[in-house]
Amino acid sequence: MEVGQMQRRLVDYTKSLFMEGFLDAQFLQLQQLQDESNPDFVVEVVSLFFDDSEKLLNDLTMALDQPNVDFKKVDAHVHQLKGSSSSIGAQRVKNACIAFRSFCEEQNIDATLRCLQQVKQEYYLVKNKLETMLRLEQQIVAAGGSIPMIELGF
Amino acid sequence: MVLKLQQSHHHQSVAVKGNEQMGTKRGYTFIQSNRDWLPKLILLWVMVMGFISIWIYKKMDADNNVRREEVLSSMCDQRARMLQDQFSVSVNHVHALALLVATFHYYKNPSAIDQETFAEYTARAAFERPLLSGVAYAERVVHSGREKFEKQHGWTIKAMQREPSRLRDEYAPLIFSQETISYIESLDMMSGEEDRENIVRARATGKAVLTSPFRLLGSHHLGVVLTFPVYKSKLPPKPTMEERIVATAGYDIGAIDVESLVENLLGQLAGNQAILVNVYDITNSSDPLVMYGHQNQDGDWAVVHESKLDFGDPFRKHQMICRYHQKAPTSWTALTNVFLFFVICLLVGYILYGAVIHIVKVEDDFREMQELKVRAEAADVAKSQFLATVPHEIRTPMNGMLALLLDTDLSSTQRGYAQTAQVCGKALITLINEVIDRAKIEAGKLELETVPFNIRSIFDNVLSLFSEKSRNKGVEVSRDKTNRKPSLAVFVSDKVPEMVMGDLGRFRQIITNLVGNSVKFTERGHIFVKVHLAESTQPVADTKVETCLNGGSDEGLLISSACQFKTGYEAADERNSWDSFRHLVVDEELRYDAPVNTIDEASRGFTLMVSVEDTGIGIPLIVQDRVFTPFMQADSSTSRNYGGTGIGLSITKCLVELMGGHISFISRPQVGSTFSFTTVFKRCNKASYNDTKKSIVELPSGFKGLKAIVVDGKPGKQNGHVFKLPKVILLAKNITNVELEKAKAAGFADTVIMKPMRASMAAACLQQVLGIGKKRQAGKDMLNGSPVLQGLLCGKKILVVDDNMAHQRVFAGALKKFGAPVECRESGKAALKLLQLPCCFYACFMDIQMPEMDGFEATHPIRMMESKANEQMNGGMDEDSGRKGEWHVPILAMTADVIHATYDECLKCRMDGCVEAL
Repeated sequence: MEVGQMQRRLVDYTKSLFMEGFLDAQFLQLQQLQDESNPDFVVEVVSLFFDDSEKLLNDLTMALDQPNVDFKKVDAHVHQLKGSSSSIGAQRVKNACIAFRSFCEEQNIDATLRCLQQVKQEYYLVKNKLETMLRLEQQIVAAGGSIPMIELGF
Repeated sequence: MVLKLQQSHHHQSVAVKGNEQMGTKRGYTFIQSNRDWLPKLILLWVMVMGFISIWIYKKMDADNNVRREEVLSSMCDQRARMLQDQFSVSVNHVHALALLVATFHYYKNPSAIDQETFAEYTARAAFERPLLSGVAYAERVVHSGREKFEKQHGWTIKAMQREPSRLRDEYAPLIFSQETISYIESLDMMSGEEDRENIVRARATGKAVLTSPFRLLGSHHLGVVLTFPVYKSKLPPKPTMEERIVATAGYDIGAIDVESLVENLLGQLAGNQAILVNVYDITNSSDPLVMYGHQNQDGDWAVVHESKLDFGDPFRKHQMICRYHQKAPTSWTALTNVFLFFVICLLVGYILYGAVIHIVKVEDDFREMQELKVRAEAADVAKSQFLATVPHEIRTPMNGMLALLLDTDLSSTQRGYAQTAQVCGKALITLINEVIDRAKIEAGKLELETVPFNIRSIFDNVLSLFSEKSRNKGVEVSRDKTNRKPSLAVFVSDKVPEMVMGDLGRFRQIITNLVGNSVKFTERGHIFVKVHLAESTQPVADTKVETCLNGGSDEGLLISSACQFKTGYEAADERNSWDSFRHLVVDEELRYDAPVNTIDEASRGFTLMVSVEDTGIGIPLIVQDRVFTPFMQADSSTSRNYGGTGIGLSITKCLVELMGGHISFISRPQVGSTFSFTTVFKRCNKASYNDTKKSIVELPSGFKGLKAIVVDGKPGKQNGHVFKLPKVILLAKNITNVELEKAKAAGFADTVIMKPMRASMAAACLQQVLGIGKKRQAGKDMLNGSPVLQGLLCGKKILVVDDNMAHQRVFAGALKKFGAPVECRESGKAALKLLQLPCCFYACFMDIQMPEMDGFEATHPIRMMESKANEQMNGGMDEDSGRKGEWHVPILAMTADVIHATYDECLKCRMDGCVEAL
């Protein structure tokens, strides 16, 4: 594939992520923090987010499987997840976490289970999207092109 | 063509008719449909009025004539009556004379009367008979007794012609006569035809009889002769005709001079000159005989009155005819009246005609205007359609061009040109969008959406956009020392809910337009945006202040001399003065922790009032009323100096009105302008309230620091590193912002203001750290405009403690961007190890919620350690430069949910502040 074409595709794809609300302005800021001295910053942070999140989701699943759910613990986990997701701008995961926490406060087990599913779903979705995007970027870099900046008004 | 013309000529009348019909169909008035009849109508009117006038004149004239006739008849009757009376008096007298003659001439023997006695008596009694010119007595003589009679008297009986009378059966010679007519003595009355007949009739009836008029002997006057019989013996009570004739002894005769008689009579009466009187004997009705008057004399024959006369003779009929001497005079009164009436009618007609003509003209004009109006409206619609479509057609290819412009690898020169082209293109698209907006608004196609959005972040965004522009401007003019770059500030009353429902895009457009205008026309001073609820215009207690300031202004204000204006420049609208602003702030300070409750008012509409104040060139007075007209700028030099099309404000006005608000402005040339507008928003409903709650509670923590920002901006002289650090943190926090690159390039450290709300919060917290936790120097320097950001941060070691790896990485990355070496630790314990004295860190960000040891727990030992070291130090060292030399690493808590309790707790644990992290 030609570089220019790939660049356009990347831009369109990234735009669609913003449009559909997967990402927010925080991700843009993340991208701006990446420069020559720190070329893989975004990838690094995103993969940190993936590891962290997966670990947290596992913990959450386990914690909610217990006969006596420790809501304090669950809440702490969700809080962590929320922090991670908001630091990379994964907006929909973050919003799901917010809802999750409010149900934690109510100690509503059914709702929290539903929320867990939703958080998981959102997480996998955004993971998928981000991976696709990063792969595209890598391809562009490999082909010798530069990664175009995306400007969106927020 | 020729054929057509001919046709049209042939059918002209038809066409006219058609038009008229169409006219009526279209609802023409009666006047309109009959306009062709107007001249005829006015002519008819004049004619009718003429006839009426003539009729009126005739009527008045007839009345006059009737009156005249009445006068005439009464005069005539009066004359006739007088004449009749006089006449009967005369007749009575002759009767008496007859009795006298009978008594003294016949009953006495010998006769007691002779000619001499009779003449004397009659002469003496003449005054009693004014009408009679003379009286005489004739004796009846039969033929057999003629000789004896002639012998006795000594003269012969003569006929009228003074010759001896011929032989007759009977004679009636006059034996006695008055002296006036003595010349007729001895004449035989029977010889005259008239007299004879008279005598015969008189003796048969025993009454006085009259002859028809004739010229009297001895005079030229017309007269009549009166004859009265004298009987010899006494008559039986009812004598027959034969008895009368036999008994007849003679006849009394009187001559009446009618002409002089009537002349005298009329002379005695008034009005003699005015009328002519004729007296006729009409016994023979076919041939009336004139007794008095001139038959052919001139006079008014139009009015004639006839009066009957009865002179006591049953065989004769007499009549008096009177008429006016002169024709009836023309009645000037009537004539004048009628003339005036006619003139008035003419005028009325003219007025009516004029009015009708005027109506016709006005209606014609009205129709013409309507047609023009329809055409103008059609043109307007066409223009709107053109405006609505053409820009779209321009915009689409334009976007394509711009998208492709920088897509390929270009050399640096090419890229430079291409970027210029892109900038121009974007400007063009902005203009096109404005035109489209305008057209949409005009066509009424603009629809507002309703989405929840954060008002404060809108203002933050817009201002960050413009702060750069204004800064650039400031840079450009900074060589001139009197010109300062304008500062940008926003004040949002805390009564304004965080989240509102409304059209975000349009609201932003309004703000952008107004602030953009202000920035464009302001070279020094400030641009100040004030936002509050329309219900709370007075400085009420519950307002809280949240301000963003572009610290680019070099001229600021110390809080100690707060009575000065913010930037020392006057603003157009005094209501926006610094005093009132400070008032708000002070109020706020007193009760900044008062609970703010907006839940109960959720989803209710409210009115937001926004005013944008600048200290720019202002708007000239003469064009102030045209400001909202599209494409209207103060003058052509405006667009030359400042650019722009002048469409912005008109769009803004339309948008504001669409959003249910009003816009107005106050402007003083060379002083500045203040634009104010109101908009109606809905409060956010419950669903989005969760977010709101969080924002509200964090406001108090943000408040005070922000006030500090407002008042400083002056280059500080006490820039100890202690104070710089928070600034570093502040900026570091803001690295995440898009504006960072530009800020760096411009060399300003005031990027804080342009940050999204979270960044502003951080700034607020740090300010408070200084203000409260330290030396009460709240007004002193916080944000120094001059030092380069990187210079501040370069080499300053910062510790970030967070167990969330992703978060930690992002934060560290941001700080590194400014060249600050960052150490990261994942737990409080690890951090503690690093923070052992002597400490080499300039600041420490610590997450509160961490496993094992959380932020509060970790802070405690650090502070303990520091205070111990400080005590030792202060014992040996003197205080320098007014600051207590001490160990104190600013520790700032990081937390996702800053609630008030957390903030208090931070302070309790001797942390320096609290940052709402992600």
